[in-house]
Order: sequence, then C-alpha cells, then structure tokens
Amino acid sequence: MSGLTGAYVPGGSLLHRLPAGAKLAGLAASCTALLLLRSPVALTGAAAVVALLYAVSGVGGAAAWAQIRPVRWFAVALFGMQLLFVDLPGAVSSTLRVVLAVALAGLVTLTTRTAAMMACLERRLAPARLVGLDPFRLSLLLSLTLRSVPVVAELASRVREAQRARGVERSVRAFAVPLVVSVLRHADALGEALSARGLDD
Amino acid sequence: MIELADVHVRLGQRDVLRGITVSLPERRVGVIGANGSGKSTFARLINGLARPSSGDVTVLGLDTRRHAARIRRRVGFLFTDPDAQIVMPTVAEDVAFSLRRKGLSREEVEHRVQEVLARYGLREHADHPAHHLSGGQKQLLALCSVMVLEPDILVMDEPTTLLDLRHSRQVADLLRGLPQQVVVVSHDLALLEDFDRVLVLDQGRIVADAEPEAAIGHYRKIMS
Repeated sequence: MSGLTGAYVPGGSLLHRLPAGAKLAGLAASCTALLLLRSPVALTGAAAVVALLYAVSGVGGAAAWAQIRPVRWFAVALFGMQLLFVDLPGAVSSTLRVVLAVALAGLVTLTTRTAAMMACLERRLAPARLVGLDPFRLSLLLSLTLRSVPVVAELASRVREAQRARGVERSVRAFAVPLVVSVLRHADALGEALSARGLDD
Repeated sequence: MIELADVHVRLGQRDVLRGITVSLPERRVGVIGANGSGKSTFARLINGLARPSSGDVTVLGLDTRRHAARIRRRVGFLFTDPDAQIVMPTVAEDVAFSLRRKGLSREEVEHRVQEVLARYGLREHADHPAHHLSGGQKQLLALCSVMVLEPDILVMDEPTTLLDLRHSRQVADLLRGLPQQVVVVSHDLALLEDFDRVLVLDQGRIVADAEPEAAIGHYRKIMS
C-alpha cells in the first residue's frame, strides 16, 4: 500500500528533477520496450538498467523493496505457471517483465511529488474540457483516491479491532456493514470539508 | 462580527435549532451543550455549510444564504476529525491545496506553505505522507491548511476531542495567540476557561450566555 500512497522520497537526483510528464512518457516507452524484449538475456540487461536507475535515484533499498513487495506472490505464482506450461526461459522472461514494469512505475512514484503528477495530469487532461469535464476535478479525484487508501485501511483495521473485542471475527457481515457505514460517513465529512475549503467557488 | 436573527434549522423531521438570536462581537467565543443540542449546526451556520430554514445569519456583513462562497473564503473551519479534512496525500501538498486559486507564483506558494508549517512545528514533515502523522499532528496540519489563508474568523468544531492532553494544551495555547475572531464548539471546558464569552445550547436554544465561569456553572447544573 505504501507503494501507492505518498511514497515520495525527497531527493535531488536527476530523476527527481526530470519533469513529471517526461517520466510518465518514459515509463510508457520503457514498458512497451519490456513487452518487445523476448530473450531472458535482454531482460536481464533491462533489470540491470532498472537497478542502475534506482541507484541513480538514491531512494534506498527499503523504498525499492516496498515497490516490489506487493507483487511478490503474484511473481512467484506467475513463474511457477510459466515454468509448468512454457519453459524456463519463458518463465524468467515474463516474470522479469512484470516485476520490472512494477519497479519502474514505483520509481516514478518515488521520485515525483503528487502535486507535480497532478499538475501534469491536469495539463494532459485539458482536452477533456471539450466534452464538459473539468480537468481540475479529474486530477482532484485522483489525489483524493490516493489519500483515501490509507484512511479506508485505517477504518478497516478499527472495525477489525472492534470485532475482535466482541469476539465476532469470522463474520463477514459484522466486518462489511460497519466498514461500509464508516466509509460513507467519511465520504460525507470529506464532502463537507471540501466545501469548507472552497471547492464550490 | 457574527449575527444570527431568529434562526431556525430543521433537518428532516428534527428541529435542530429553534429561534437563535445573538450577535457575537467578542474575539473568543465558546459554545457548549449536550450531544444533539445543536452545537455543530450552530458552528456550520457561521460559514454557510448549514443554511437557516428561517431567520438570517450575517457574517462580516454578508448574508450566508447569498454569499456562502465569499464567506467561506474569509471564515476558516476546523473539523473534529482531521482525516476528513486532509485531502492531499502529503503534508505540504495539503497546505498548498488551500492556495490553489490565489493566483500565486509557485515560489510564493512554496514560501507561504513552508512559513505556516514552521509556525506550527510541522516543517520537517513537509514531504511526509499525511497518514504518517499522529492524531495531534494531523489536527495541526488541518489548522495549517486553514491558517495559510489568513481567515478573518476561525470556527472550530470540537478541535480537541480526539487529542491527548499535551496536544489539547498546544491547541489551547495556539488559540490564545491567534489574532482572528475564534468560535469554538467544545466539550473541553478547560479550553474555554479564559474565553470572552460562552454560550450554552440545550435542545436548540440558547439557555445561558455569559462569561465562562457562570456559563460553565450553568451547563454543569443542567447536565446533573
């Protein structure tokens, strides 16, 4: 989860200083390149390049691992399946491809402030105005989504604690109902706060 | 200056406020009352988040029904739960969000954000994710995001309810130092002790209106 939300690691590296748009374009281009690379040797080379980029960014090993960690079991399962149905080089290639794509996306998050990303998206989304959508609102929607992930996670852990205290851990309903209620309540409060902060102007 | 003239608020089937008439020129005003007495609605009337069903609310000379947006630009509002009020993923970004339509240069925004974060002791957290802050720090961040706009009036709805003693005291000290007019709804009676005036609400009406000692005394009596 920390890989997605506010994982920005302050720094002054070349990657930090690149504009958000350039990084997003680079991410799109390199993910396409990953799809085109076939041989395990070429992908190992790509892995070295990604490792080098991480080294240049100076975000540190812990931050890098935090990006990969959420897909570790998926990567293991994928490797196993490919090994079973294709062959070893195929398994190595497709697993590396997925892990490297995730690592690259993570690197963009780690070196780009959300505000810079939002400003870039707002500019790119400007054509949406033609069909009556407000680009500012679209980018706000994205930041609110990022902000809501840890908030909802905390609500969920509070509900789980309350369940444990009452000894109804196994009931799905005893988990889902209070969680949905508190999420809705949070949404109401958030809407009110947005009005108070002048979003209706 | 905040003025309410015979204000009634009806939410669904319930009369939340029934005939409130009061004018508040004092710099520090406290509002106390039981749960469901109408305190929060009273606070929300001041920045136009709640509208009167009948009667008028005039804030800084403007009618809240017609000029809600203008009033909100000059009346800051602090909620009980800072998690609902923090809308951006990191600390500095949330404060900068308040300034987004001020037409300031990026350097000026950066400068004001850093200045207000330093004032409330959050400078070293500027680039941290908001969810890494403690409850007290989150409330301070919410306060930063309001104060960076330099509002004329600050309304707080139970600002210390979720805070420990140390952070409550910190908020109380901050309140004392603010140049703005402040209206605070609270169950934290100690917070209001040195206020200029305290209103006691009960079942949608003002039942006491005096300096803190007399008002709090009355509140204790009706609660017993």
